[in-house]
Amino acid sequence: MSYDRAITVFSPDGHLFQVEYAMEAVKRGSTAVGIRGGDCVVLAVERRAIAKLQDPRTIRKIVSIDDNAVLAFAGLTADARVLINKTRLEAQSYRLTCEDAPSVEYLARFIARTQQKYTQRGGVRPFGLATLMVGFDSGKPVLYQTDPAGTHSRWKAQVIGGRNAKSLREFLEKKYEEDMSESQCVRLCIQALLEVVDSGAKNMEVCVVRMGGGKDIMKEEDVEAVVKEIEAESEEGKRATSGDE
Amino acid sequence: MDSVLGVTYKGGVILAADQGNARSILMYQKNLDKITSLSGHTALACSGPHADVVNFSEFIAKNIKLYEFSKDGTVLSTHAQANYCRNELAKALRKGPYQVNNLLGGFDKKAGGSLYFLDYLASLQKVNFGAQGYCGHFCLSIMDRDWKEGLTKDEAVEIIKHCINEIHTRFLIAQPNFIIKNIDANGVEIVSFGEDPASA
Repeated sequence: MSYDRAITVFSPDGHLFQVEYAMEAVKRGSTAVGIRGGDCVVLAVERRAIAKLQDPRTIRKIVSIDDNAVLAFAGLTADARVLINKTRLEAQSYRLTCEDAPSVEYLARFIARTQQKYTQRGGVRPFGLATLMVGFDSGKPVLYQTDPAGTHSRWKAQVIGGRNAKSLREFLEKKYEEDMSESQCVRLCIQALLEVVDSGAKNMEVCVVRMGGGKDIMKEEDVEAVVKEIEAESEEGKRATSGDE
Repeated sequence: MDSVLGVTYKGGVILAADQGNARSILMYQKNLDKITSLSGHTALACSGPHADVVNFSEFIAKNIKLYEFSKDGTVLSTHAQANYCRNELAKALRKGPYQVNNLLGGFDKKAGGSLYFLDYLASLQKVNFGAQGYCGHFCLSIMDRDWKEGLTKDEAVEIIKHCINEIHTRFLIAQPNFIIKNIDANGVEIVSFGEDPASA
């Protein structure tokens, strides 16, 4: 049986194609945006059109890993479930042995380590997902990203998933400011998502993570209000520029 | 030697345990909290050697927490948690047994307050009131006489205080400090303690 042979092998020019293909799987996933503010972190995910007969409440893209860590992912949902459950187990295991909560950084490192293991073992394929892990470490808001290669890094603002991740990242680079307030972060998140999703609060899920309190999923009406605000402003902007001509 | 007591009432459960940690002729500490919260609405009063008490209750608590996270916030009923404890005790029994005798109390919206008696041989029984340890010899008859359906929280606490009084009067071992906890719709809260468990 050839199942002990690695699925992820080097190509002659040094590529790990399976890992790169896994990253393609991430691009096919729905977009997730994370922005770190002065005293909060905001996560927003694209909610792809759900079938009419499906119950939308069973589709969860923003999940709690632990009391102080929240995660959003882009890519294969089934792989995500496995990885999330492994991480939840690790968090409780850490709490049992160390009598202390694991830091967000520890959990992000764990996810990255797990994702890497599956690129260097026989008979398995890499996890086809990237994650955004947010929370507070030592009182400061943090945002970590992991990818199928098994790397993890800390970001001020990041986008994963979707075909336009690169251009969205450039958008964020332009608009990001240090120490933004919660409302500014929410606004920027939604603005970024509006570039890729059809307008409407029902196509996005926004979650605010504050110091000491788990995740707070914004109500649809509140998201809708911000969407309308952004659209009104861009309308005005268009009218202003067309008026100048 | 530990005394662990529990009384159900209409709308919740009262759990009480002595706060002593002793071995042979030595009293190590008098401010122990032997009642561990397993979830927002359940607590486990555990008696036995301190090592087993801590190991068992922390292990169960973390596993229940993991279950709640994994099921996206689904809360395990008291009945389910008690059966989970029993299962873990049974698995360990013929390998490396936990020498713990427990009273698990919890509140569920449908079932109201419920109390489960678990002993170290992994037997499980739902009871209206219970005691673990020598204190049972003194207290069960008091609870037999005073407990009735539809008690209020204060009446249940009175029964517990009556029992603790009897322990102080007639039990050979001095157990000056008792911690009493209440579990109801609002969660697990401390009613009173002999010495603050948080004191160094």
